[in-house]
Order: sequence, then structure tokens, then C-alpha cells
Amino acid sequence: MKVEITVNGEHTSHDVEPRTLLAHYLRENLGLKATNIGCDTTSCGACTVLVDGEAVKSCTVLAVQADQQSVTTMEGLEGAAQGELGHPVTRAFRQEHGLQCGFCTPGMVMAAVSLIDENPDLTEKDVREGLEGNLCRCTGYHNIVRAVLVAAGKDPDAAQAAEAVSGERTTAPGFSTGEGDK
Amino acid sequence: MSILGTRVVRTEDPVFLTRGATYTDDLTDERLTGALHVTLVRSPLAHATINSIDVEEARNAPGVVAVFTGADCDIAPALLFPAANKAMLRPFLATDRVRYVGEAVAAVLTEEAYQGEDAADLVDVDYEPLDAVVDMKEALKDEVLLFPEAGTNSVTAMHLAKEEPGDDFFADCEVVVSREIVNQRVAAAPLETRAASAYWGEDGRCTIFCSTQNAQSARDEVAGWLGMDAKDLRLILPDVGGGFGAKIGADPEFALVAWLSKKVGRPVRWNESRSENMTGMVQGRAQLQTITIGGDRDGTVKAYRLDVVADAGAYPRLGVALPMFTRMMAPGTYDIPKVWSTAQVVATNTTSTAAYRGAGRPEATQAIERAMDLFADEIGMDPAELRKKNVIKPEQFPFTTKGGAEYDSGEYAKAIDLACQAADYEGLRAEQARRRERGDALQLGIGVSSYVEITGGGAFVENATVQVHPDGTVTVLTGTSPHGQGHATAWAMLASEELGIPVEKITVKHGDTDLIPTGAGTMGSRSLQTGGVAVHNAAVELVELAKQRAADVLEASVGDLELDKATGSIVVKGAPGAKSVSLADLAGTEELKVFHEWDAKKPTFPFGAHVAVVEVDVESGKATVERIWALDDAGPILNPLIFDGQRHGGIAQGIAQAMLEEVVFDSEGQPLTATFADYGIPSAAELPSFDLVNMETPTTINSMGFKGVGEAGTIGSCPAVHNAVIDAVSHLGVSHIDMPLTPVRVWTAIHEAQKESAK
Repeated sequence: MKVEITVNGEHTSHDVEPRTLLAHYLRENLGLKATNIGCDTTSCGACTVLVDGEAVKSCTVLAVQADQQSVTTMEGLEGAAQGELGHPVTRAFRQEHGLQCGFCTPGMVMAAVSLIDENPDLTEKDVREGLEGNLCRCTGYHNIVRAVLVAAGKDPDAAQAAEAVSGERTTAPGFSTGEGDK
Repeated sequence: MSILGTRVVRTEDPVFLTRGATYTDDLTDERLTGALHVTLVRSPLAHATINSIDVEEARNAPGVVAVFTGADCDIAPALLFPAANKAMLRPFLATDRVRYVGEAVAAVLTEEAYQGEDAADLVDVDYEPLDAVVDMKEALKDEVLLFPEAGTNSVTAMHLAKEEPGDDFFADCEVVVSREIVNQRVAAAPLETRAASAYWGEDGRCTIFCSTQNAQSARDEVAGWLGMDAKDLRLILPDVGGGFGAKIGADPEFALVAWLSKKVGRPVRWNESRSENMTGMVQGRAQLQTITIGGDRDGTVKAYRLDVVADAGAYPRLGVALPMFTRMMAPGTYDIPKVWSTAQVVATNTTSTAAYRGAGRPEATQAIERAMDLFADEIGMDPAELRKKNVIKPEQFPFTTKGGAEYDSGEYAKAIDLACQAADYEGLRAEQARRRERGDALQLGIGVSSYVEITGGGAFVENATVQVHPDGTVTVLTGTSPHGQGHATAWAMLASEELGIPVEKITVKHGDTDLIPTGAGTMGSRSLQTGGVAVHNAAVELVELAKQRAADVLEASVGDLELDKATGSIVVKGAPGAKSVSLADLAGTEELKVFHEWDAKKPTFPFGAHVAVVEVDVESGKATVERIWALDDAGPILNPLIFDGQRHGGIAQGIAQAMLEEVVFDSEGQPLTATFADYGIPSAAELPSFDLVNMETPTTINSMGFKGVGEAGTIGSCPAVHNAVIDAVSHLGVSHIDMPLTPVRVWTAIHEAQKESAK
């Protein structure tokens, strides 16, 4: 099947198998390898990209579903093509050490871009809940949360201090625990 | 001003945040042009004999170039850990029997990846199911044997105590508490799964690109398995997306990929799925522990006994060795007059075990820290006070423990005090008392851990090469193998400090065995105290070499020369404006390069104390980590940005084990947690921010005073959180709950305690 997708502002078109995932289209057909695949179950979010501005996990979307739409990956953020951190989110991730091994980073960055776009007035709790669909195994999220707050123009020290004493539940209710029969 | 100890943002990041890092599966290296995709057919049964494998339909499927089974594979089955029972050999593709779900039985090579998935489904394996043994105690009975030719499931006798303690071991104790606890199996689950690509050059040499924590030893392992000379094998590591111990060394699949490439005469690439990873990648912990602690009612601990059963999984690997660390670190931070330990290691029909962040030491800490809380609970003493009463005192260092470790330096009581002060421990206890008094549904739990661990405990030797180029740039070659730890930045800081050349001009290279033939990689929190010190020493030597060369140029004696770090030039001391020569100019005349091998000879022993606060809803059993204060002392801090980042990640993984994570197999060995939808890796929403408390006690083992910090957070946080949850419900009669502390477990513990008290 032929798809036409605008990726990072450029028109792309390829004949693909109908079952081709958007993540594979980006990686294999276009050679855009920043977008990573970390799981098979839409759990980790490493493959998060923007489709018409909305954060989407590209490993669970078919390329044909993105036909005639606009996709943005981390490579499409300001400055990225020149190797420069021209976007507030990528700048903040470096400044706050919001990445270690870098595998979750492209998806995490795109989820953060979308989160800030939807709600510029973020609290620490908003950031934590807003990034619930993106897993990081290295940072413990502490510095990712700070980076997103900084990119949103917040003072991360103040936000974290406020959250620490708020008495509000910091964790999302209900969570798969892997508890099985013994 | 020294760059050491300052917050330097990472040089790695601009690439990682623009085009993204390049992991093995991202490679577009021309040597891999036309590579075939390897898809492995894996066993759906935990224990079975193989009657037959029919690959004809798969061979005829679109895009299939070749299908191989164990019958085709001439790599000799290998003993993956030398000290294991010699009969416990792992085939590279199963032949007559499979021993865990996920074991590779056939390899399908296709032009495209999707074709491999299709064709793998067409491989028809006729299995004859056998009884599986999953429970460690059942396995020890040797009723179901994984390797009938071994005659036992016991893997090794290496950790058995030489003699039993006498009957009088606890005789002088007023109080003795004993119970069994589980340090559950967990998955390292780095976000990048395992991957390897291979090609053979016309010169007969094989190059493998792969995701590992140590290229050089992985090369040697693969060469051994393939019966090759290591010189004919080159390993190149692209960026590595996390390891956490599970990527130490080579996986059998790496050798298989190389063998397949040779067999078909084309480059091949293999990148596993997450489901494959959750059964195929080595897993961690998996210990059953019986802890017995004795002492007097005044809080003097006099004797401690630890009996361990460790699960090796189906094919014994590094997990076999780790009880050594558990036994060595058994007494923790405490000066206990009598300590005795033993460990059995047993094979089961499950995924193999190996290192996971901490690797044997968290298991020791969890045991002694639970034991201390059980003892405190029994004698009615505050757990922080009990700890401070029994810790080794600063004046006792260096201190040789009953576990056989020589602790280099530590101030354990001070660490507990500082962490408790930061947390307002007294205030928390008062709040806890109020909630108990009121009978609140949300009860407060406060958990304390005091820990000491061993870093750089495996390989003491590491090397570095520092070279200044005529254009003023510097290359550092290291035998360490970063996969998120920021060595490109940290090693550049160490070189910059000595050379007076800015970090931006220094490139750090690692993970290419032709470029760097020796090195021990990154594991056991060893890198800074071995590889970092090697870089420092190499840079110091390079300056000496430069001074000797400059002596001729400047017509001065070496003793009168020094490096002006502001300009990167060798100058005459006390003679500003006199002739000078830059390191770059010296490099233009003759290669300016130093190789340094540093032998630390000994490990170091970082330590700390964590205080965790949890809220437990006693009606639902739901526990929530509210705050954690972590004091992690690993000596002088090279870069606080990276240092704290390592602690954050470690703390999160410790909390995750305490609260959420467990690899679960059913009684037939079927994994119930084989995807990220089933396995409980915490997201940002399940974790709080972390409060870090600093203290810097240098080691005497190296000139820089550095210890390791990579695993510290995990070792400290897990028992603190575990203790906190139990503390929240201890007034309801609960003395222990095994991890992970899920709502159902906490709720059940509360209700069982209430039933018990109603009797």
C-alpha cells in the first residue's frame, strides 16, 4: 500500500505492507532511528512521536493510519537537524541530566513536548502523571521531571518542594503488579 | 579552579537529544549491508524432550534464506559458568531437550524482519512435556532433574560453609529471632533489549556489533564458545541502552549470530523482542534466605546466621557466583561477634540468573536490615538506635569482618544520624504515633537502612590511554564500558584537570576490541575507582613525559618545568613570559601518548543510610512511598550531576523491587510476567522525588579517594522502603511481609495478624 506522510516537515511516500508499524516506517523506510522500540505492548513509550501534534506510540499505530498526516520525531525538533539543542525540552533534558543511556529519551522528549503543549501550567504531579506512559530504567524520573518543569518555565526546586509537603498521593491509583499465582 | 567536583553537563547529550544515540539495531554500518534478519524459535514449554523439528514449511516461506536447528549447529554445548556442575551444559540451539520457556530451538534467517516472524511460526516442533521444577526447595529434592546426567540439581558446592556452627552459636543471647524471607526474582529490563550483528571479512576475521557491558571479556567468551582465536574476533559496541548487570559478558546468542553469519556467508543481525527479553535475558536476585539474629535486650547483637538458597535458573551463569558477595557482606555495617553463613545454588526450569544492580550485595543488605528490624521489634527498641548501637565505629577502620571483607573507611553512625536529621526522624515518629492513636486508615511507616557495599570487587585492573594530538585535541581510550554512566564526560574531566585542555576538546572512546584490546568493562560500580583512576594516572604521566620532552626544547631542567593549565603549555616555573611549549606542539614533533594500567589491588566499600516514609491504607493494603532521604557516601564526588543521577536511578530500582517488581512463573514454569504489560516497572507516577544527603569519606585504596556509586541507591533504598511498609502496620501485629509489597500482600498480612491476635 502506498502511504504519504509528512515527517518532520518533509513529504514522504513509500509502498508498505499494510501491517507495517509507523515506528518501522520511520526507522526502516525513512532511516530515522531516534525513535526506539522498547516493548511489544504499548507500555514503554520509547517510540512516542507526534501525529498531528498528539503524542502517539508509533509501535502500535500502522503506517497506513498515519497516511496524509504529519508526524514529528525528535529529529524534527528545533535545531536537531544541525545537531543543536534548539528546543526548550531538549535543552532542559541536558541541563537537568534527564537522560542516561538515552534509549527512552526520544520518546520521553516527545511526550514532554506534547504534555507542555497541552498544559503549560504544570505541577510536579501533573508531570509525573502526564508521563505515566513512558518508562525510563536509568534516571528514576527525578531529573526527567525536573527537566520537563524547567522546559515549562517552572522552578523545579520549588515544584518538588511543594509536592513533597503537599500530603497529596504521589502515585497513580491502580497498577499492574505482576502478582501471579505462586 | 579545579574542574573536579563541579557540575559539568554531559558531552554525550547533544547527539542523544538530536539524532538520537546509535544502538546496535540502529546501525547502518556498510559492513552490515544486505544483512539477513535472525528470528529465533523459542520453546513454549519449560521442560520437555524434543521428538522432532520440521522446518520444511518455514524454509519455503517468503524471504527465507535458511533455517537451522540444533542438529545443524556444531558449536559445542558450553558450561556458561566455570564453577558449575560440569554436566550443566548449554546448547546454542536445543537438540534433545528444552529446560526453560524461551530456550532457542531454531534460527530462521530472512531478508526482512517481518518475514522472520511469519516463518518462525511455521517451524513445527514436536515436544514431549516433562514435569518442570520451579520452586527452589522442590528442586533441591532432586526428584525432577534438569540434567539427568548430573544426577542432581545442585549447581555448586562453592558457597557451602566449611563447618556447621556449634549448638552454642546463639547460647549467650537473651533473644533470638529467626524467619525465612524471600528476595524475589526480578528482571533488569534495560529499555534496549539484547542485540547483535555479525559479519566475516575476507581475512577470515569476524566482527560482532553487540550490546554488552564489557566488549573484551565478551570477545573472549564468544571466541571460546566458537573455538576461535580471540585475535580473529573483533567486538564493537555501539551505544548501549542500559544494562544494570544483565549485559555483563556475552550471551550465547552472540556466538550463534556469528556462527549463522559464517554459515550463510552473509552479514546477519538479531534484535530480540521484549517478550523474548523477559524470558531470555538473565534475571537477578532470586534468593530464599533464612535469617537468624540473636542478642541481648539492651540492643547488643551478638550472633547472626544467614542460610541462602539461590536460584541459578536452567543453565547456570554468573548467578552461581553471587552468593559469594551475599555471604561476604552478610554482617553489613555491624560489628557482630559471631557471623555464620552458607549458600546452596540450585537449577530450576526458569530463566538463568546473573547480575542485577547490586548483584549479591542487595540480598545481603536486605537480609541483615530485615533482621535488625525484626530484632528491634522483638526487644522494643527504636530501629535507628539499634543500628547505631551496633555499627562499626570510625576508629575501627580498616575493619576485617566476619564475612571476610576488609572495609576501608566508613562513618556509619554519622550517616544514620545525618539521614535521620534530614528526615526529621523524631517528628515522623511523633506523627506516626498520632495516627496510630487515632486509628487512621492511612498509617505512616518509617524505614531505616544502614548499608555498606563492595565496589570494584571483581576486576581490580583497568587501563587508559591518553593522547594529545597536534591540533590540541585529546583522545582517551578506556577499558570501561559506559551504557548511561557518562564516562565520556567524566573521563574527559579527569584528563582535562591534569592537561589543562578543555573537556570539549577531549574525546573518550571505548568498546572496540581492536582499538582497546584489554579492559574489564563497566559493572560492580567499578568504573571510576579503576578506569577513572587509570585515566587520571595516564594524564599525570603524560604531563611528565611532556616535561621531559620540553626540557630539550626550552633548554631547562625537567625539575624547573611545570604545566600551565590555563594555556596547556609547559613553562619554566616562576618565569612568566619566558619561552614555553604547548602540549599540542610537542605532539606535533613526536607522538605524545601514554598507556597506563592501574591495579587497584583491592575493592572499596561505599556506605550510607536511607530513611523512607510510606503511607499504608490499612483498609486496602495499598502502600505508597511518600519520601525517601538517601545518604550515599562514595568518597569524593567527581561530577555531582552524574553522581546524583546514578543515585536516583538506583533508588528507583530499589523501591521498584520493594513495591512492584517480581518475575513470576507458574508451577509449570510458564512465565506470567513476560511483557511490560505484566511486569511492574514503575513509571514516574509511582515514584516520589528523592531527597539526597551528602557525605564524602575517601578510600585509601586509590590516590583520588574514589569509591563506586552505581549500585548504592538500590542497595540502600530497597530495605528502607521494605522496613517502612512493615513498620506502618507493625502495631497491627505484622512482623514481616515478603516483597513486592503489593496491596494484596499487605492486606493479607494485616488480616492474618488480626486473626492470630483474635485467637
